[in-house]
Amino acid sequence: MKEQTIRSGRRLLTILLLACTSTAAYADDVVIGLITKTDTNPFFVKMKEGATQEAKAKGAKLMTAAGKIDGDNASQVTAIENMVTAGAKAILITPSDTKAIVRSIKKARDAGVMVIALDTPTDPQDATDALFATDNLKAGILIGQYAKAAMAGKPAKIATLDLAPGITVGKLRHDGFLQGFGIKEGDASIVCSQDTQGDQAKGQTAMENCLQKAPDINVVYTINEPAAAGAYQALKAAGKQKGVLIVSVDGGCAGVKNVKAGVIAATSQQYPLKMASMGVAAGVEFAKTGKKTSGYTDTGVTLISDKKVTGVDSKDTKFGLDACWGTK
Amino acid sequence: MTAPAVAPARGWRVLAERLPPLSIIGPFVALFIACVFFSFESDRFLTGQNFSLIAQQVMVVGVVAIGQTFVILTGGIDLACGMVMALGSIVMAKLAVELGVSPHAAIACGLLVTVFFGWLNGVLVTFVRLPPFIVTLGTLNIAFAITQIYSKAQTISDLPDPLLFFGETFQIGSTAVTYGTVLMLFLYLMFWLVLRETAVGKHIYAVGNNSEAARLMGISTRRVLIGVYTLAGLLYGIASLLAVARTGVGDPQAGQTDNLDSITAVVLGGTSLFGGRGMIMGSLVGALIVGVFRNGLTLMGVASVYQILITGILVILAVATDRITRRGA
Repeated sequence: MKEQTIRSGRRLLTILLLACTSTAAYADDVVIGLITKTDTNPFFVKMKEGATQEAKAKGAKLMTAAGKIDGDNASQVTAIENMVTAGAKAILITPSDTKAIVRSIKKARDAGVMVIALDTPTDPQDATDALFATDNLKAGILIGQYAKAAMAGKPAKIATLDLAPGITVGKLRHDGFLQGFGIKEGDASIVCSQDTQGDQAKGQTAMENCLQKAPDINVVYTINEPAAAGAYQALKAAGKQKGVLIVSVDGGCAGVKNVKAGVIAATSQQYPLKMASMGVAAGVEFAKTGKKTSGYTDTGVTLISDKKVTGVDSKDTKFGLDACWGTK
Repeated sequence: MTAPAVAPARGWRVLAERLPPLSIIGPFVALFIACVFFSFESDRFLTGQNFSLIAQQVMVVGVVAIGQTFVILTGGIDLACGMVMALGSIVMAKLAVELGVSPHAAIACGLLVTVFFGWLNGVLVTFVRLPPFIVTLGTLNIAFAITQIYSKAQTISDLPDPLLFFGETFQIGSTAVTYGTVLMLFLYLMFWLVLRETAVGKHIYAVGNNSEAARLMGISTRRVLIGVYTLAGLLYGIASLLAVARTGVGDPQAGQTDNLDSITAVVLGGTSLFGGRGMIMGSLVGALIVGVFRNGLTLMGVASVYQILITGILVILAVATDRITRRGA
């Protein structure tokens, strides 16, 4: 009787759990873990897609986990522990907190797991075996150069819609933009700087406030395309969308469409799908041959714009849409 | 079954009457079924090391949930707990690392800060008579902002050893257990006894059931409420220390979902959100249920989002059970 109850209970749970998934566990499979900052950002969705495709092609088993919000370190720590217990040979991670995660990564590496950082380096960078990422400084420099050339000598009033304090990716892009534009932090042409957490609604609010402060802004640097879309909304509401140049970073499909539609003038496209598929391939290689990948691999960045400017190389939105976030 | 062949329906009824109510045994049964299920699905699940891992993964939320249980038993709710905890851990880390305060004094200062926030919640709830939801929504934002300002939104690393003690492990056989897990279990045991065996415990239940009646019986409801919120603050402070020890850093982004996570644990544990009913051990079981699903599904290779789905379903089941049994009573 009791046994029957347990069995039927178990069957019920099995149905509940497996109704939505077809992952089957085989003891011999190479297990690779992927831990992203969140489950919802399209950038990480692409990453997961790349990892899934590559794992399927290589016959590896992929485990995924993510933080509940950007900056959720505790969930990533838990995910690493669980994946090590589950027998993962390699863990790919986009660290939410570049410093806080280091201790857990060390424990995993001590247990013989190869850890590769995707997109975002840990602090210190050598806390992971390898890093597959965009050169974010270069991504910033490209849009900075573009904006400088597009302004063609007109005096610039710049707003920077940044990420958040203390996050390396945001700082690198910001600094790169300034470098590309040929100005230093604190230059008089920077009239407004606001944090947006890379969020569209917060980007809109930030732009509204910047316009209150300096109605004559004509260049807007944005940390990513959602922030750019938010900035455009604010400019449109103020009737100023025509005379303002928005530049951004990411090259997501929605972002490239916005470039095509003229919302964003230029964006630096990066390739998350490639980061993840390279990561899975490296993990499988390590599991089979014991050979570890090491050091930094630049996964590339391309400037996307439909309006060429002199002296800066760019590709058009047709290329951008074909390649958005590394579909190919 | 060795029992004589009586009419089975009657046998069940007798059994049902002898068992404790569903809201109390429900969580234990759910945890047990989940464990049995995962043992069948993964050969790595049913090991001492894995259970130790799950315990250490829930220790922070587990200790926060003790404080949350006390508050909810009085009919209140505490949204600020996670942020107060984050503030406590930043104070501890910052004092010890950047200002050269001795680690033990830094821990004491962190605890003082969280106790103060708990006390402040209590005073606002009792004397200014504001709803706990609103008060703690306010202090949530205050604690978050102070955390960001004080830490300049920077993670603090390289902590001295005493702050990391509860993340260290000792061996039981081949299983490594963290001291933090032991502390969490000790706190649960202690407060279980307090609620069960002492007059203070009875007063807390009485205030939660009907504060007017409790007052007329001569219980100082104000003292009980302020005491409960202050105690909760102390527990959040202990959770700060555990969080610091677990991750090895003072993390200004920590704790942002701990308010809802702790409420989830309390509710899954069968404590009534209407106050006055529930059991502290249930909250431990509630926290463990979440941890077991997260761990077990990962071992099975199922994406973590299904853990959130299942948690959602269980929360509704738990609250519905409470509602239905309360209507029956």
